[in-house]
Amino acid sequence: MRKLVLAAALGAALAGCGKSEAPPQNAADASFEAKLQEQLLDAKPGSVIDIPVGHYTLKRGLSLRTDGVTLKGAGMDKTVLSFKGQVVGPEGLLVNASDFTIENLALEDTKGDALKINQGRNITIRGVRVEWTGGPKTTNGAYGLYPVKTQNVLIENSVVIGASDAGIYVGQSDNIVVRNNRAEHNVAGIEIENSTRADVYGNTATQNTGGILVFNMPNLSKAGHSTRVFKNKVFDNNLGNFAAKGAAVASVPAGSGVVVNSNDKVEIFDNDIADHKTTNIIISSYFSTNYYNTRGVAADYNPYPKGIFVYGNRLKGGGDSPDGVDFKMLKTAVYGLTGHFPDVLWDGYFDAKDIVGGLPPPADRICIHDVSGVLNADGPHGYKNPSTDTKPYDCTLPKLPPVVLDPEPKAQG
Amino acid sequence: MTFAKHAWPALALLLLAGCHRGMEPVAFHAEGRPTTLAEWHVVEARGGKLELNDGVVPYDLNTPLFTDYAHKLRTIWMPKGTTAKYHPTDTFDFPVGTVISKTFYYPRASGGQPGDVMRTGDYSHDFAGEGLDLSKVHLVETRILVHRQDGWAAIPYVWNEAQTEATLARTGAVLPLTLVDDASGQPAREDFNYVVPDESQCQSCHAQDWIDRRVHPIGPKARHLNKDYHYAGGDENQLAHLAKLGYLGGLPAPAEIPRDANWEDPHAPLDARARAYLDINCGHCHNANGAANTTGLTLDYGTPEDRHLGICKPPTAAGQGTGDHFFDIVPGQPDESILPYRLASKEPGVMMPEIGRSTVHREGVALIKAWIAAQSGSCTTIH
Repeated sequence: MRKLVLAAALGAALAGCGKSEAPPQNAADASFEAKLQEQLLDAKPGSVIDIPVGHYTLKRGLSLRTDGVTLKGAGMDKTVLSFKGQVVGPEGLLVNASDFTIENLALEDTKGDALKINQGRNITIRGVRVEWTGGPKTTNGAYGLYPVKTQNVLIENSVVIGASDAGIYVGQSDNIVVRNNRAEHNVAGIEIENSTRADVYGNTATQNTGGILVFNMPNLSKAGHSTRVFKNKVFDNNLGNFAAKGAAVASVPAGSGVVVNSNDKVEIFDNDIADHKTTNIIISSYFSTNYYNTRGVAADYNPYPKGIFVYGNRLKGGGDSPDGVDFKMLKTAVYGLTGHFPDVLWDGYFDAKDIVGGLPPPADRICIHDVSGVLNADGPHGYKNPSTDTKPYDCTLPKLPPVVLDPEPKAQG
Repeated sequence: MTFAKHAWPALALLLLAGCHRGMEPVAFHAEGRPTTLAEWHVVEARGGKLELNDGVVPYDLNTPLFTDYAHKLRTIWMPKGTTAKYHPTDTFDFPVGTVISKTFYYPRASGGQPGDVMRTGDYSHDFAGEGLDLSKVHLVETRILVHRQDGWAAIPYVWNEAQTEATLARTGAVLPLTLVDDASGQPAREDFNYVVPDESQCQSCHAQDWIDRRVHPIGPKARHLNKDYHYAGGDENQLAHLAKLGYLGGLPAPAEIPRDANWEDPHAPLDARARAYLDINCGHCHNANGAANTTGLTLDYGTPEDRHLGICKPPTAAGQGTGDHFFDIVPGQPDESILPYRLASKEPGVMMPEIGRSTVHREGVALIKAWIAAQSGSCTTIH
């Protein structure tokens, strides 16, 4: 008893007036944190900061503002930076620099985004694990790996688990490769938003609300186009949507495989996509998110998906239990109680001012091959006249060129 | 000897403020980071006072940044014979050698425990002419901004318990404090972590352009400084005072100088108060080139009152920071708006600003809510 009282008093003295939320940081962790902060402050172009094997508890978000720095751990399960007791955030690590490489370590339980890279060129993220260890929760940080306003970006061999928005999220960036990663238990597994020239391939996205998303939001610095999604394994993304309302991904129905929203020139091919309870592929406009209003959205924003090309995917199952009352009613109305949505659902919004002879210009069409069917949900008329006619999608589009990273990222050190 | 060099002005100031007994001249360190604040000779704790050196001029702002109810003593010093150039909107163009200091402190809570500080907006007991009475206030940290050949550098110092010395804290600090309300009646206490930013975090606010990443002072702009200050020698407009001392050149006629509202001034228009508050608390990131230009939300002084300011604007990357709300500002409906929700939070990952506070600025939140409540229109969505 006496020991307990003493320990409690000591704890209070250390943590200050009995604050209890944050687990106390031991002396070794505190000195590690100060040293790492100093290494980040003192880093020069060319510096390599090695973080040894260990599980370290940090209280404060880290930041780096020097170009040309490499941050390395001993492995994504061996070097773990835990932010469970974080009192200042919001990120785990915030980078405002170019020529940045981070590899072989883990960032756990950050209050906000785990790794945010805001403005920079030549970014390499490799073998990084981001995880919210308490499972999917609305209070988890929004993004796991989050380069924004970056150019020439590689994210590979990484793992993100539990983000309350997108696990891997590349925003307002250009020339991007996201490959061979794994995203689980996030709202969105992988999301490319308002970005140009992105190749997303070889990834596994499973048990998220939505697997792989290609979105365009209004009011941002650039509109996205030219994303290729190929050779990914996207299956069983049926997790209930746990994003806070108002977030863009809060509009994603649980059970979505690959989702295109308001983005242009998106090519989806050679993927294995299976068992999504809403449907394997959704093509939609910003109108379906419920956020479109004339005061709050820039007049020059294009809310329509244009130039979408789906072909050569291996699709299986799904469509049997769509998320939301509207979709459930729609499914029953068109396919009956025991029926299911086909592989592709299009919300049916199109840019009326572009239409000539009943069709959009060739480059702006939605072309779909090799699927079990397409449902035009007739969103513009409250799902009143859905159509299962697949003729409108019988077209082809020019294939997008592969993304070439320039300069090539350095090989793993 | 200082006395010989500055005999008459020193004597005059000695009579007015009772300070400068043997303080060495202000030192401009052209490089490096002195390990103690004292090595700058800008402000020094001596004889129960925090004293300002010769040529070190205090100033404050019409509407300041909120920092956990801390009070702030800001000072500026420039090398002899140098002058800053006036600018109508940006930070004044200061000469190399300029040293700005900002000391964060709290009025002491009477009879309290160590770490108890007052939550009060009353500054009237803080000042002893120019400087601070250490029997009345508790010093927390002093930040130096120094203009060197290669640009501004930000250097944080933390005061010791004995309040005799502030030492370099490059990696910042987390200091447990307790705010004690000064309102009569039941004493209310709030524990919080006062966070001293690390050097890199200084740039989070002071690098207002995230492409050039250059550090600048935020406060010394015309609209913030255009107000009277209670100098030891009497009240005077701060800009006029700086011009008179030779610290500021190119000052236009008073009518041409912009002036921010005082966010607390009940006689100022609500809109002007709210915009001044958002400008100083949010505009360093939420501007066209700032860290938050990824969001499409701009909150600095020049932002038009439309979606750029958040009106009916869907959030971009707010995550749980939406608080389940759909738009940054819903006119007339502060409780449906994201902006006050994030200002009223102290959860990292939800709260705005992201750094620089651990407590909620109740009065600031009330102001922004009142401002939104007074707006008209709606955010009707289109399908």
